[in-house]
Amino acid sequence: MSVDLELDCRGQRCPMPVIELGRRIEDVDVGQTVGVVTEDVAARHDVPAWCRMRRQEWVGEDAADDGVPRFVVRRLA
Amino acid sequence: MTNAPAASEDPGRVELDAASSEPLHPAAREALVAALEQGYADPRRLHRPGRSARLILDNARAVVAEALEVRPDEVSFTASGTEAVHRGLLGLLRGSRRGSRVVHPAVEHAAVRHAAAWGGEPVEVSVDEWGRVDAAELAAAASHPETAVVALQVANHEVGTVQPVDRVELPDGVPLFTDACAAMGRLTLPAGWDAAAGSAHKWGGPAGVGVLLVRKGARWRNPFPGDDRVDERTSGFENVPAALAAAAALQAVVAEREAVASRQRALVDRIRSAAAAIPDVEVVGDPVDRLPHLVTFSCLYVDGEALVHALDRRGFGVASGSACAASSLEPSAVLAAMGVLTHGNVRLSLARDTTEADVERLLAVLPGIVADLRAEVGR
Repeated sequence: MSVDLELDCRGQRCPMPVIELGRRIEDVDVGQTVGVVTEDVAARHDVPAWCRMRRQEWVGEDAADDGVPRFVVRRLA
Repeated sequence: MTNAPAASEDPGRVELDAASSEPLHPAAREALVAALEQGYADPRRLHRPGRSARLILDNARAVVAEALEVRPDEVSFTASGTEAVHRGLLGLLRGSRRGSRVVHPAVEHAAVRHAAAWGGEPVEVSVDEWGRVDAAELAAAASHPETAVVALQVANHEVGTVQPVDRVELPDGVPLFTDACAAMGRLTLPAGWDAAAGSAHKWGGPAGVGVLLVRKGARWRNPFPGDDRVDERTSGFENVPAALAAAAALQAVVAEREAVASRQRALVDRIRSAAAAIPDVEVVGDPVDRLPHLVTFSCLYVDGEALVHALDRRGFGVASGSACAASSLEPSAVLAAMGVLTHGNVRLSLARDTTEADVERLLAVLPGIVADLRAEVGR
């Protein structure tokens, strides 16, 4: 899928990818998507949990071009 | 040994990790010292020291049986809670006439999940946001004809949620194994299981003693090589003095249970409301139907390992289910299955003598520590 903003969090440890997501979510407009690219295994659980706590939409997981997991969120508020 | 740290001599420290290991109960210490002298011999031998060891072992078995309201011939002592889990679960699997499927919720302890994967074909059932499995969903998953055994913990070891062990109605011929390690001594053992496991150091007995319970009439077959010991369900030379100490601690803990649990419940309620009042902190697990001594919460944008170290520097010993604080670098399977934050996680578990003052001291520093750690990463 295509995302409006991709955050390169390769090599970052938990919880840095989620912190980066929290810091950058307002860089996109409501309705647009942000993809967090990271090898951090905790992000697979923590990005959806962050969406629930922050009332944003969890879109799902795919992969970046180099195969690193990408966790996609849509800004709702 | 003069440099060994002595927690009891350090009035500044508060240890809140009893769910990992509860300090030895005074009743256990007394029994242990006495039995070290009297219970060293091989309980199978017919000479006087052997008969003395046998008497102590049988006494330990009887005391545990009474405390847990089971029959003495249903009680075996193992070398650990993990070994009791392995023998209990795998023995039911081996005794099954059906298939090799082991149905269990995703939040079972690693000892159960590893045993299921080693001995059979694990089938995971999901849990709700409190970490509780639905009894009907578990029974439905067990209705598959290849299901050999179902495993369901009494209460969760990380978030405290009590599971519906006595409400699960399994198909005929499918036995239930219950991992009671987190709950034994703290909650009344539920009904409905065919085999159960407990761990003495989690109730104030010595480490190195597990309790395996196998119901009279259960189809349990030894999953490991047999050994011509006193008890056919275990192997190896019994740690007779430690078994007696474990039994003495269990008896004392059950006798004190009501008073200790009601004090702990009030303290946990206090922690739950104070933690939830910190911005972006989520308290997890059932707020009511739970273990009395344990509470878990996750702090958004906080590194779990850093939080454990910061609390340790301020004199508080706590556990964490966060990936960065785990030896495996994998986050807690329990928190992941519940869909709650795995980072910034802290599990507090009260010892029997944890005081209100201990808890208030922690709660006084916790918001500042969380704020400082967030400030370090710009949140």
